[in-house]
Amino acid sequence: MPIRIFVPLDSAARAVGADETAAAIQQEAARRGEPVELVRNGSRGMFWLEPLVEVQTGAARIAYGPVGAGDVASLFDAGFLHGGAHELAQGPTEELPYLRDQQRLTFARVGVIAPLSLAEYQAQHGYAGLRRALTLPPEAIVDEVSAAGLRGRGGAAFPTGIKWRTVAQAEADQKYILCNADEGDSGTFSDRMVMEGDPFMLLEGMTIAAIAVGATRGYIYVRSEYPQALAILREAATLAARAGLLGDDILGSGRSFHLEVRQAAGSYVCGEETAMMESLEGKRGIVRAKPPLPALSGLYGKPSVVNNVISLASVPRILANGATAYAAHGSGRSRGTLPIQLGGNIRRGGLVERAFGVTLRELLYDYGGGSASGRPIRAVQVGGPLGAYLTEAQFDLPLDYEAFAAADAVLGHGGVVVFDDTVDMLQQARHAMAFCAAESCGKCTPCRIGSTRGVELIDQLRAGEATAAPRLRELCAIMRKASMCAMGGMTPYPVLSALDHFPEDFATGACPAVAQGEAR
Amino acid sequence: MEPVLNTQNTQESVAIDRILENHCQQAGALLPILHAIQDAFGHIPDSAVARIAGALNQSCAEIHGVISFYQHFRSEPAARHTVHVCQAEACQARGGRELTAHAERVLGCKLHEHSPDRAFGLEAVHCLGLCASGPAIQLDDRQHARVDPARLDQLLHQAREA
Ligand SMILES: Cc1cc2nc3c(=O)[nH]c(=O)nc-3n(C[C@H](O)[C@H](O)[C@H](O)COP(=O)(O)O)c2cc1C
Ligand code: SF4
Ligand code: FES
Repeated sequence: MPIRIFVPLDSAARAVGADETAAAIQQEAARRGEPVELVRNGSRGMFWLEPLVEVQTGAARIAYGPVGAGDVASLFDAGFLHGGAHELAQGPTEELPYLRDQQRLTFARVGVIAPLSLAEYQAQHGYAGLRRALTLPPEAIVDEVSAAGLRGRGGAAFPTGIKWRTVAQAEADQKYILCNADEGDSGTFSDRMVMEGDPFMLLEGMTIAAIAVGATRGYIYVRSEYPQALAILREAATLAARAGLLGDDILGSGRSFHLEVRQAAGSYVCGEETAMMESLEGKRGIVRAKPPLPALSGLYGKPSVVNNVISLASVPRILANGATAYAAHGSGRSRGTLPIQLGGNIRRGGLVERAFGVTLRELLYDYGGGSASGRPIRAVQVGGPLGAYLTEAQFDLPLDYEAFAAADAVLGHGGVVVFDDTVDMLQQARHAMAFCAAESCGKCTPCRIGSTRGVELIDQLRAGEATAAPRLRELCAIMRKASMCAMGGMTPYPVLSALDHFPEDFATGACPAVAQGEAR
Repeated sequence: MEPVLNTQNTQESVAIDRILENHCQQAGALLPILHAIQDAFGHIPDSAVARIAGALNQSCAEIHGVISFYQHFRSEPAARHTVHVCQAEACQARGGRELTAHAERVLGCKLHEHSPDRAFGLEAVHCLGLCASGPAIQLDDRQHARVDPARLDQLLHQAREA
């Protein structure tokens, strides 16, 4: 029996040399006449250890990392094929505290299975949710998702069950399931990890949604920065269709669901659901006025479910194991788990799936191990480029939608970006305004013009004009109130939080070491 | 190398026709068409715009409007290699700004420009999803993480030699 060796194909592993490591392992095994079976899996989400090589020894998988191509010969010398000791040896993967102390529901299979193996997916509870859904009346599927307390993971945290019910009850000759895989928020990569590491889970979730609301067509809108996710999803869709899990007469049920995987084209605002629909229709990504709700008049004016990748990927398990098991996790009105993405200046960055309620401090220090630079952590941006910057004094906040809202912050898609004490918060505030100016769809004035004014005001602050501060606050108040969507409406979060929590960086004459203007 | 382009080029013309034909039944076909054309030619040649407009029964202005809205699409041929450097927050926290400044220095151009010898175009990208291993870049179709200035020099050198 050849020994199974796992080397991730996840983009973040490949970006640090996983392909070269995999090739070196195969060459070395051939040279030594050792029969091995090399499996390309998703990532376990411990990126400081990538490329993370695992060897199957009996029941356990033993982890080695980070393994560069140059380490491979010495690993063979050390007998790593049988779990031999080596300075890169980390022990059994599942026992690594970072992984062991998580509640991996949605990410249970990511990094474990070969992403495009339908057999492995099904052997690990895959398609159990769809099979159960096909035995239920459609309303009961919606009830199950509602009872689980699932809220949208794309940012707005809207109850998924309510959205589905609206679409289910709408009368129309055509309905759509739209998966928002634009994952534009910087500091986030959980959608990417799912699409690359467990694509059938997403397809299954969309198919369940389709059956629940009576939709027969669907799209996955994947950002163009994720070429591998796109390719894997397309392949998975082909395989699923061939196995009777997509297309006409799914599993002999008489139900159909046709899915197309679409490539986006590098526009942040196209992650906004109505701009995404415009883009899918072949137009510029200009935000539509609401109402009408997409649930009633969405793609081509038809009732459409729009959900984030993680929202949809959470559904198969809810259907397979029941709403109660899912809702048992969480805190307050935030039920279930959140795949948190630890990035930026953090020693152990990666994917931490935990029930809502975990604190930032646990994430930053217990999981993350503090900053990568070894310097004190000064600021943390949670929830993407439109999320607030938080300070040390707020690190005991539990990750919970309501607790964050009460602190004038957002959880968004669960990105946590860490900065050490060299950060210049005025520069970060300026970046937020400049980003809004660059990505605004241009439909409304507070966002289109306001963001450009905001950049100017921050430049005036840097130049020492103290009167710019109240004008900046006034501008933020207008953007917040009068913008048509969260692009302009939330840009004030990073700006005002920087101003409020780090006033010293905005003080007249403040001139930190890294104060090169960001005139790009 | 990209194929040499001119309107008379029948190969190009045939390829565009084939793409339009492949997508003519598809709802909302414009983005898929633009992707297919850019994948084939490296950019969207002007000669393609009128043909797309004709096939979709839209005006050239509408097609141009869509092309210019999306950062991914380009109307001009790219440099021989393209380097995208992540400008987003998680990479900023790991020295992304310094890496960008270094790239500008060694390539002799600013972001959104190309090096004087046209060997490299330098572009901004807002997050590649490699945020736990910043700073991140994409060089042609390969992504690289944990890229410090020395590593960038090495990658640029390899691309130049290749
Ligand atoms: C500017 C902007 C960008 C957005 N980008 C994304 C995105 O990349 N992915 C996403 O799922 N939702 C994004 N959203 C939120 C969507 O509009 C929408 O709320 C979401 O896709 C609904 O799915 P959910 O209920 O499952 O979260 C964005 C919103 C705005 C205003
Ligand atoms: S807030 Fe900005 S992105 Fe949103 S609709 Fe207005 S201009 Fe467009
Ligand atoms: S912020 Fe640079 S890769 Fe995500």
